[in-house]
Amino acid sequence: MSNIVVSVEGLSKRYLIGHQVARRERYRDALRDVIGREARTFVRKAIDLFHGRQIVEGDEVEDFWALRDVSFEVKQGEIVGVIGRNGAGKTTLLKILSRIVEPSAGRVRLRGQVSSLLEVGTGFHPELTGRENIFLNGAILGMSRREIRKKFDKIVAFAEVEQFLDTPIKRYSSGMYVRLAFAVAAHLDPDILMVDEILAVGDADFQKRCLQRMDDMSRREGRTVLFVSHNMESVLKFCSRGILLNSGRIATLGTIQDVLSFYLAKELSGSNVINLSTKPRSQELPCRVRLIQVKTLNGQGSWSIPFGQHVAFEICVQSQSAFENMELGIGLFSVRGFELASWTNRCSGINLALRAGLNVFLVEYTDMLLLPGQYSLSIGLRSGRGFEDYVSEAASFEITVSERAAKINAQGFGGVLVPKVTVSTIRNADAA
Amino acid sequence: MQEIIIEAGRAERHYWRDLWRYRELFRVLAWRDIAVRYKQTVIGAAWALIRPFLTMVVFTIIFGKLANLPSEGTAPYAIMVFVGMLPWVFFSSALTGASNSIVGSAHLISKVYFPRLIVPMATVGVALVDFAINLIMLVALMIWYKFVPNWQIVLLPAFSAVALLASLGPALWLTTLNVRYRDFGYILPFLVQLGLYVSPVGYSSSIVPQQWRLLYSLNPVVGIIDGFRWCILGEQSQLYWPGFLLSIGVTAFFLWLGIRQFRNMENSFSDLV
Repeated sequence: MSNIVVSVEGLSKRYLIGHQVARRERYRDALRDVIGREARTFVRKAIDLFHGRQIVEGDEVEDFWALRDVSFEVKQGEIVGVIGRNGAGKTTLLKILSRIVEPSAGRVRLRGQVSSLLEVGTGFHPELTGRENIFLNGAILGMSRREIRKKFDKIVAFAEVEQFLDTPIKRYSSGMYVRLAFAVAAHLDPDILMVDEILAVGDADFQKRCLQRMDDMSRREGRTVLFVSHNMESVLKFCSRGILLNSGRIATLGTIQDVLSFYLAKELSGSNVINLSTKPRSQELPCRVRLIQVKTLNGQGSWSIPFGQHVAFEICVQSQSAFENMELGIGLFSVRGFELASWTNRCSGINLALRAGLNVFLVEYTDMLLLPGQYSLSIGLRSGRGFEDYVSEAASFEITVSERAAKINAQGFGGVLVPKVTVSTIRNADAA
Repeated sequence: MQEIIIEAGRAERHYWRDLWRYRELFRVLAWRDIAVRYKQTVIGAAWALIRPFLTMVVFTIIFGKLANLPSEGTAPYAIMVFVGMLPWVFFSSALTGASNSIVGSAHLISKVYFPRLIVPMATVGVALVDFAINLIMLVALMIWYKFVPNWQIVLLPAFSAVALLASLGPALWLTTLNVRYRDFGYILPFLVQLGLYVSPVGYSSSIVPQQWRLLYSLNPVVGIIDGFRWCILGEQSQLYWPGFLLSIGVTAFFLWLGIRQFRNMENSFSDLV
């Protein structure tokens, strides 16, 4: 078909990675061993040099497939979200499609002019002024000087940096820097645009403008966009189709709703128990009390909760000693990381004590009607001496669309929850 | 509509057209390097003049006065040295600049596509600007010595073009090698230092014994320096044609080798930087 602008067949990318053999006892090694090892490494490198192969650091070399046999097609005007965990091969895919990295096997056909934004402000030079950097960055992104000159005023207006145009950008605030960088990128006119996680930088307002601009490009100007992101909310809002990558292979592809729910089903409801003891803690904490696990208690035994059902879960805590007064706090967050609601047991007027050993608490949000979407929980424990344990993003869950949601037409609601409101009639017209 | 096909080991079909389309980037990168180079220095662009001037003074004193080597014909020794330095400084700075260029632009190479050939070419472009500055200095020197060049000077642009090609070939080859084997980054400064004495920069190539002349000309810089001297010093300097032609041959070979190697390796640069 003629309106297919990106077609990818059997794309694979292999990397050679070197391992350093564990050297825990390095300092006790005999000099003879060290020399022997270095000599072996040197001989291997010399042979590589002789054969014109690349040099890999390390004692052992291994193949690593960043992408394996990936095939898909994109039609003109589609916005495709590429999702997957870290290391799934999303960025590698984008780099191959934008001709930065050569594939090891497979074939890609692109119809039309391609621009890729793997970061904003590529090639910005700190010593040069804002004006000079616009031209520099524009040229790097493939714009001609005439094109940049034509769009110069628009770029400057978009970035809101008029009075600093002739200041070296090393004096810019980071916000100004990012705005200027995105302003140049936003004025590219490619047929196919590839964007990688650039929304990770900048503030909420900036992110909104970026999305708006990309939306304009595809809806109004008919351009095709490939968009890699971790931000489920913007992927869902912005993309029409999705590709889910898992360890370099395509796990699923289709409409963005299908792909996202497949992803979330695998991510979230793989198990109803989430192990907290191995999750990283962001701060140094005393080791007296540990959050061990949380277990969902809703009807299906999964972290996908139909709209209308209560959010309920069990929290297991291991403690070395008894505590008379323990404060349990739970924060509810949106996918974007905004805190939506905080709660501690004091809010409910309940006193919690910890025994030495294992403790299990049941938490149930009895009166909170969350709208369909993704949420996460942070759990903390505090004694009189301060925080004993705190796990951010301890659990993620999804509120799914249910019959009840359909009945009240929840799809059209804004915000995150439906408040409990009473309304009664005080006066009717005929009573007057 | 433009169609791009990406496959393993596939050479870009429109490579040279792409290169032309990205000429703007070449200009901008060269301009950036020049614009940034003398930022935060006190005397700024004067550095471009002072360094070759001092080298010329040192060479004139050591080779011309102390070692008492002959100049070419009646030309002042200082002018002869400076004419030799013109192509040599260009050659060596093109080589040094280019060999680090790809590795130094890793942040660009791994984020944006463009014909990679532009990066080393831009550094050669920077060397070309220095070359032009030195040329102005040569004119000042000739006025100072009241030295009048011959008609051959009209051929100088042609010889400059040869010097450009002679620098580009080895520069591209070394750039490619340096991306894969960083050892070359350490070898090169040594080679450049050695080259200064192996090439007839501080002395006239006429002092090389006749039977070694042809072998000596295997060094492409020899032919080019001789050519420059013949151009500017005129009758005073005899051009050794067999040697010069050999130098041209070596230049052509290196140019072919450099471009071929670069094009073969180019696609894997982003994996290696």
